[in-house]
Amino acid sequence: MSTEPTRRDILRIAAVAAGGIAVGLFLPGCHGPDARTAARADKSGEFAPNAWVTVTSDNRIVFWLDRVEMGQGTMTSHATILAEELEVDPRKVQVEFAPANRAYDNPDGEIGFQLTGGSTSVKTSWDPLRAAGATARDMLRGAAAETWGVPIEQCAANDGMVTHAPTGRHATYGELARAAGHQPVPDVRLKTPDQFRWIGKPLVRFDARRKVDGSGTYGIDVKLPGLLTAVVLRPPALRASARRFDASAAKAQPGVVDVFEVPSGVAVVATSYWRAAAAARLVKVEWDGGKLAGVGSKAIAKQYRERVLLPGKVVRKIGDLEQGFSVGGRAIEAIYEAPFLAHATMEPQNFTAHVTDDRCELWGPTQSAALAQQEAWRITGLPRERILMHTTLIGGGFGRRLQQDYVAEAVHVSRHLKRPVKVVWSREDDMRHDFYRPLSVHHLKGALDAHGNVAAWRHRIVAQSMGVWAAGDWAPAVLPNAMAGAVGTMLSHTVGTLLADNIFPDPTSLQGAAEFEYAMPNLRVEYQPLEPGVPAGAWRSVGNSQNAFVVESFLDELARSAGVDPYHLRRRLLANVPRELATLDLAARAAGWSTPPPKGIGRGIAHWKCFGTPCSLVCDASVEGKVVRMRRIVAAVDCGQVINPDLVKAQIESAIVFGLSAALKQRITIEDGRVVEGNFHEFPLLRMHETPPIEVHLVPSHEKPTGVGEVGVPPAAPALANAVFAATGRRIRVLPIEHALAEAT
Amino acid sequence: MITLNVNGESKSLDIPREVPLLWVLREELGLTGTKYGCGMALCGACTVHVEGEAVRSCVVPVGEVEGKSIVTIEAIGRHGLHPVQTAWMEQNVPQCGYCQSGQIMSAVALLRHKPAPTDDDIDAVMSANLCRCGMYPRIRRAIHVAAARIGEGEGKR
Repeated sequence: MSTEPTRRDILRIAAVAAGGIAVGLFLPGCHGPDARTAARADKSGEFAPNAWVTVTSDNRIVFWLDRVEMGQGTMTSHATILAEELEVDPRKVQVEFAPANRAYDNPDGEIGFQLTGGSTSVKTSWDPLRAAGATARDMLRGAAAETWGVPIEQCAANDGMVTHAPTGRHATYGELARAAGHQPVPDVRLKTPDQFRWIGKPLVRFDARRKVDGSGTYGIDVKLPGLLTAVVLRPPALRASARRFDASAAKAQPGVVDVFEVPSGVAVVATSYWRAAAAARLVKVEWDGGKLAGVGSKAIAKQYRERVLLPGKVVRKIGDLEQGFSVGGRAIEAIYEAPFLAHATMEPQNFTAHVTDDRCELWGPTQSAALAQQEAWRITGLPRERILMHTTLIGGGFGRRLQQDYVAEAVHVSRHLKRPVKVVWSREDDMRHDFYRPLSVHHLKGALDAHGNVAAWRHRIVAQSMGVWAAGDWAPAVLPNAMAGAVGTMLSHTVGTLLADNIFPDPTSLQGAAEFEYAMPNLRVEYQPLEPGVPAGAWRSVGNSQNAFVVESFLDELARSAGVDPYHLRRRLLANVPRELATLDLAARAAGWSTPPPKGIGRGIAHWKCFGTPCSLVCDASVEGKVVRMRRIVAAVDCGQVINPDLVKAQIESAIVFGLSAALKQRITIEDGRVVEGNFHEFPLLRMHETPPIEVHLVPSHEKPTGVGEVGVPPAAPALANAVFAATGRRIRVLPIEHALAEAT
Repeated sequence: MITLNVNGESKSLDIPREVPLLWVLREELGLTGTKYGCGMALCGACTVHVEGEAVRSCVVPVGEVEGKSIVTIEAIGRHGLHPVQTAWMEQNVPQCGYCQSGQIMSAVALLRHKPAPTDDDIDAVMSANLCRCGMYPRIRRAIHVAAARIGEGEGKR
């Protein structure tokens, strides 16, 4: 650890001091006893040496999880990382969701505030949580040594207990808590992988019990005394508003409390959801056509297809493209298109707020407690220390809950009534008022040389910038709270303009396409952002989701056009990237690439590195008439040190099914500013009978861990599309595949 | 007044007969383990048992189940976890977990009718339940594990 608190730590101290929320701080290299930790120990008997761990005098070990749990397994992985160094059985740690606090700013370089996304949770918490656990452990050992008057070297920590072997003395962490609070903050030595007891073991996830017995509390399950429920009538078109409404019949219904306008529509508030939903049907609303009147996804795609023929801003350039094409073999080119997509989290959006004159409490599923708090601050103007966020279990996030629109809605409704209100969205609300994975069109041109290497590669991307839509929330959130107001607004505006004008090309649109490590001597990637005005957001794996489909499909086209094995082509392109090559080889070996599949079955391969983790997929599929049957998926992943192998595999399986659902079935269609699809019959997910067996192989590694929540998504679509080509000779260039096959004559 | 028999207890409620059973369970009886997902019987998150059969409570008017035996996820593991629940945990089936009450209710009903189901038997029933986290292969595996345990005599009820 560094010996000086960083500037950031100083900022955090200030923020926490101002906030007054009882969270300790981790002070790297601070060598004296920490006054706050000592004072807390004296007052409550609790040992809270940093923001993540509290040991109570009754021997409870509490871990404050600063990432959300939306299925990706943070409750388990993060508690395990901390407990490993703290020397307690991670299953005995009480995991609590941390409040919104600057102490929990994501230490990742890209995200400067408390947020769960971008597959950052394990990657960025690995070092701080190990240090936090080790620091607490050594302070507990120090307390024992001092109490017993023995050298600390003779005091061993194990299973929540410090033991002095020579004398047989022992004490629980709880018994040592008060004294530990007065210990100096030590420099710590972390365990080596051969000393790991829990890391790398397939423990059952710690939230499993509450998820199989119905007791887990999701946002939609929040119960409070006097809680009201609101249904918001939303315009049929995106970004439209009510011209006028008549709520007289609805207000006369039993249990209806009030009906009033909020920025997103007309709120019908009642004593329960079913009463609000029934009354909502009686409200007559006249909507305007909205800002997207006349806008449709067909026309958007058409416009993108015209623009993609023109040069864009060069965002990556290697060698001399023209030279490459002149020496390469026959160049081929193709246009690809990926549709708008909804998130369709199983738990529809919902949020609970209780706003009073001097206080605001929030409950619900958000991927960022910090952004939720910021949203409530913007609306109420209350100081942030009076805005308390209670994070719940989350029924799927996938990027949808990085947006705080539903938080804002709950705050508006509660503020109007000054009573606790839960806003609950219907499935149709959820699907038709999402922030969609942007539609994108890609023009690719490439050529192989006589040796079967890529001589030239040009990729032109036309896509909406998701960053333009995120800038308003994210830009102020990275600032210290005190600056988030006017400075935050200015920063939002500046960032939004830079992205929209392509002065700063949006990295989320380019993810993967502009940084893949394939050895291509002559390469150019160009980008043009177009803004159709459709709300855009991060969708599991973000830009990687469409760019992998395009790049990996076109690479397959290049290989097939020259009669080159697509696996061997990738091998050559990754010859100098050992970890990626080993991942690719593992997948190919496990899938039996060298043995051809049975007749009628096509085999496709794809490889992608997403947020630092490479993942390779081999997919076997057949096509009967126009029906695709997936037979088998084999995946290999290198995420460095694995915390919990079964949960890593589960994440990869999950992401593959997520990616295959989209590749095969899903698209969001916009007509006259309205989203056509409203429920699962129109936006289908894969079901059990359609899901193939999935094998996941992990590359053994003690490298620093990287994330696994999203990495399975990007290679899924191209592996399947390449398998469809292998089976039928039909190249899929527009997703989803079922629509492409149905529209083929 | 409507009298409901939920998890072995009799409840009298003053409520219109057309209100979906799902919302009666969640809001009038506080049984929030049963989830809302689609409102159209497309996703199965709201699955409960009525007279031992798996039904989608989001489309069942409460008046239709008056006097019938209704069982929700809260009662499945009341006297020790059901083998389906323990298999679910061991196989790390849940991710976000939101659909799992419905999945488990469907699986328990399936095993009551077919104590040793084939993959096709499982698919035929469980394809009615959506899992956005895509845990279908694990669900299938867990059902086989649970079936084997029940076959050995554990948790027969």
